[in-house]
Amino acid sequence: MNPWGLLPVLLLLAGLMPGSVSTARAGLLDDVDLHGFFDTRAGIRTTSDVTQRQTSLLESRLQLDSLYQGDALTLQLRGDFIADDVEQDRSIDLEQGRGWFDLREANLLVSPTDWMDLKVGRQILTWGTGDLLFLNDLFPKDWQAFFIGRDVEYLKAPSDAVMASFFPEWGTIDVVYTPSFDADRYIRGERLSYYNPLLGRTAGRDAVARVDERNGWFSDDELSLRFSRNIGSFETALYGYLGYWKSPVGFDPGSARNTFPRLNVWGASLRGPLAEGIANLELSWYDSRDDRGGNDPFVPNSEQRLLLGYERDLGHDLTVGVQYYLEHLVDYSAYRNSLPAGMPERDENRHLFTLRLTKLLLNQNLTLSFFAYLSPSDRDFYLRPKASYKLTDNWRLSGGANFFGGSDDHTFFGQFENNSNVYAALRYSF
Amino acid sequence: MKRYGILVLLLLWPALALAAPSADEIVARANKAAYYAGKDGQAEVKMTIYDAHGGTRRREFSILRLNVAGEDQKFYVYFKKPSDVRKMAFLVWKHVGGDDDRWLWLPALNLKKRIAPGDKRTSFVGSDFFYEDVSGRGLEEDVHQLVKETDDQWVIKNTPRDPDSVEFSWYQVWIDKATSLPVKAEYYDKEGRLYRRVSAEKIETIQGHPTVVEAVAEDLLAGTRTVNRFSKVKYDIGLKERLFTERFLRRPPREVTR
Repeated sequence: MNPWGLLPVLLLLAGLMPGSVSTARAGLLDDVDLHGFFDTRAGIRTTSDVTQRQTSLLESRLQLDSLYQGDALTLQLRGDFIADDVEQDRSIDLEQGRGWFDLREANLLVSPTDWMDLKVGRQILTWGTGDLLFLNDLFPKDWQAFFIGRDVEYLKAPSDAVMASFFPEWGTIDVVYTPSFDADRYIRGERLSYYNPLLGRTAGRDAVARVDERNGWFSDDELSLRFSRNIGSFETALYGYLGYWKSPVGFDPGSARNTFPRLNVWGASLRGPLAEGIANLELSWYDSRDDRGGNDPFVPNSEQRLLLGYERDLGHDLTVGVQYYLEHLVDYSAYRNSLPAGMPERDENRHLFTLRLTKLLLNQNLTLSFFAYLSPSDRDFYLRPKASYKLTDNWRLSGGANFFGGSDDHTFFGQFENNSNVYAALRYSF
Repeated sequence: MKRYGILVLLLLWPALALAAPSADEIVARANKAAYYAGKDGQAEVKMTIYDAHGGTRRREFSILRLNVAGEDQKFYVYFKKPSDVRKMAFLVWKHVGGDDDRWLWLPALNLKKRIAPGDKRTSFVGSDFFYEDVSGRGLEEDVHQLVKETDDQWVIKNTPRDPDSVEFSWYQVWIDKATSLPVKAEYYDKEGRLYRRVSAEKIETIQGHPTVVEAVAEDLLAGTRTVNRFSKVKYDIGLKERLFTERFLRRPPREVTR
């Protein structure tokens, strides 16, 4: 099916919504509380990649968002109708977010008692203190959407889960149970090229990652826990996760497929005011359960992770944020000893810095932002400049870029060098 | 977006009528009338921003306010329009004499973002109102001087103790004797020019509290103005402090979504 076949329908729908507000249909729309946006965007690679199209992004989407708030329960339904010219596979895959429809949220929220909330269904989940860095947030991310220039909200992929929150006097307890593992929407080569260690080079559509999916209900399940408490102006939290590495970082030599090894994560965070800004500290322990000794070359070792962040408003609508992030590989000598010959070796410590600058101009209608990831140990970087202008209350025009680079082909950001791209987008919200 | 902030309350200003007070007493009374009416309050706000070329932008939001210990307050602001900020919420724990704690709830990311304390004299949500106009300016930050008294108004001149911390050199406030409400404020820049005016256009008495239901802020140099209209104002609705927490950012209360 021609992906643009849907476009006239989407445009028609998008066209009807705003117009109807001023007509007799406004009453009906108010009752069902239907909102959303129509968003169209395009991007191209700034370098050529023989295994990929030069077009990195060419898509339109209509998001419809409906909320029903009753006395006993709240229902939320939000989904995107998509016409995507770059994606080859048109069939709907709600887990990977492929096809002409992506369900973002479909959930029911109830409060069985005064001290408890229960949210059941497809939902977006986030916690932790990092800015575009995640230590204790093991909820699914869509790295592909993030790297090709979709709106940043698409970095968070939906979870199919039950979230129970308890509110005793002394804090908040959140328990999230995901009966069937929700992996990240990871980079697999069909759209963005990645480093393939088996081939010893970057690969794209010529060598799409082959992955052993985990999708057994109640066997491949995940449990996420958080206990949080405010102490004065400080927010403290403890985290736990029982599940799997979110990207297929393991490898099964028998089937020659990538796997999702088992993983537990334990962590803590603190956030609060410091010297006229906001500081945050987050720690986590990644317990790689399938390779506790660190001797298995096909399963990642355990890691300790640390994040320090600080953000400050410099006045005149200018905000600056900096973060330092450390990934420390545990059992490093075991890792080195078991590393197969010819495989690129990672460092014991991966250091990463981020910088965020945000400036608002023209009565806050123009937002200029810049986000940079820089790793001195990997000698690679990822830059995200973006400009966004609100033409009217409904129309927004934006443009930006995703620049990757590095000295080596195998490092986290260096492997994406040929995916560097620029994009522009126009959105109508209603 | 981050300043989608407190907005607030030029509303909720009750009144006390007293006699022969000092400038500091008048200002304290006006502050109380303007920002602390009742134990709590709620309002719907429709904001219209007029630019110098005839263009307009609109914002709509609900506000909940709770007076807590001392002079501190908590605010919950829930955005309804424009559509790209719909369902975003802004939570403020105001600490008099210190930095406020502020969070922005981004529903599409399900993210509670902590916002660094900012310059309170920058635009609130892109309007001609400043964050400080709507959350209140610390009384101790200015020297207050009674410059004029008429039958129904006091006129107070306010000079900042730390001139480098603000963009004005001084400002003058007209306070209505009957209601104690500040009804007009005019700001002069470092060159001595009148450049900014905030005024109460309509006042109604709601549950015994004289309340500004229409307020205007003008940037006289840029030629822009913003009108705030308050409706469904209610006081003493019995808001609980727990409403001003992450739980109710995730699950906006009916008080704001209705």
